[in-house]
Amino acid sequence: MTIQQQIITIAMCVLATVLTRFLPFVLFRENRPTPAFVQYLGKALPSAVFAMLVVYCLKNVNLIAAPHGVPEAIGIVVTVLLHLWKRQMLLSIAGGTVVYMLLIQLVF
Amino acid sequence: MQHNGLRLKALKAAFPHTIPIFAGFWFLGMTYGIYMNASGFSFWYPLAMSITIFGGSLEFVAVSMLLSRFAPVQTFVMALMIQARHLFYGISMLDKFKGMGWKRFYLIFGMCDESFSINYTAKIPQDVDRGWFMFFVTLLNQLYWVTGSTIGGLVGSLITFDTQGIEFVMTAMFVVIFLEQWLKEKRHYTAYIGLAAGIACLLIFGADSFLVPTMVCILALLTFLRKPIEKAGGFA
Repeated sequence: MTIQQQIITIAMCVLATVLTRFLPFVLFRENRPTPAFVQYLGKALPSAVFAMLVVYCLKNVNLIAAPHGVPEAIGIVVTVLLHLWKRQMLLSIAGGTVVYMLLIQLVF
Repeated sequence: MQHNGLRLKALKAAFPHTIPIFAGFWFLGMTYGIYMNASGFSFWYPLAMSITIFGGSLEFVAVSMLLSRFAPVQTFVMALMIQARHLFYGISMLDKFKGMGWKRFYLIFGMCDESFSINYTAKIPQDVDRGWFMFFVTLLNQLYWVTGSTIGGLVGSLITFDTQGIEFVMTAMFVVIFLEQWLKEKRHYTAYIGLAAGIACLLIFGADSFLVPTMVCILALLTFLRKPIEKAGGFA
């Protein structure tokens, strides 16, 4: 990517963010009720989007060639177990990441 | 003088609410800065992106976007999808931000998940100015994030240990966010829709171009299955 393309890429992120943050204040100036479909999407979308983001993070994992996604699987299991155990977001993220780094640097 | 007292009082009331965010944002922000550094970007990138975007998950994703093929439309749509939840924060804050004058602009601009959570739920004392309270919550949170990520970007090159694999922090972060959401729900139809659409589109379209089809599938499925999903309830 050239520097111009990088700036455009970042600008797209800024534009989308600003749009999602300001749009409700532009659309719903009065105390009109929020359309039911919008309310529904507000509740239904987050889970689906987070699931998609997890898949996105793993998109380059090759299951056919060694190590067959094993480090990623172990890293995720550690993250999930830590989180179910302590429910401390930072601990879970740090723990899973450290285990993954150790695995790919020392084991695989 | 009286005006200064008003602001100081609001700052003092706001600061304790932001201490947990300070810990979290410095950790995640530094990791993000180190990650950008390890990906070959100077500290100017995390600095500029933390000021202008100010959205953690999108900034992480933006790193991989900057490393991929130039695709502005896909970037924009992806960013919209990641940030779409802000629409619903905004809807919830319509009344609370009323009459805030110029501060309203910054309150909306800086409305990240954490600032929204505090400003939406905090019980602000009667004698504290609400506008300045929310302003300082938002400002402090952004300061933590910007300084954390910039420091990470600066010290990233000084770090002598092997940072290979640090990009997994993004995976771990989304796994935790996904899990939190999962634990809140009684039924997981929408999570399954996201997983199934993502995996199916990844297999069909490949790693470089599966996002837009996935997002279209999710929106279509959520629209067509609205009745059964709402009838079953238990989500969100």
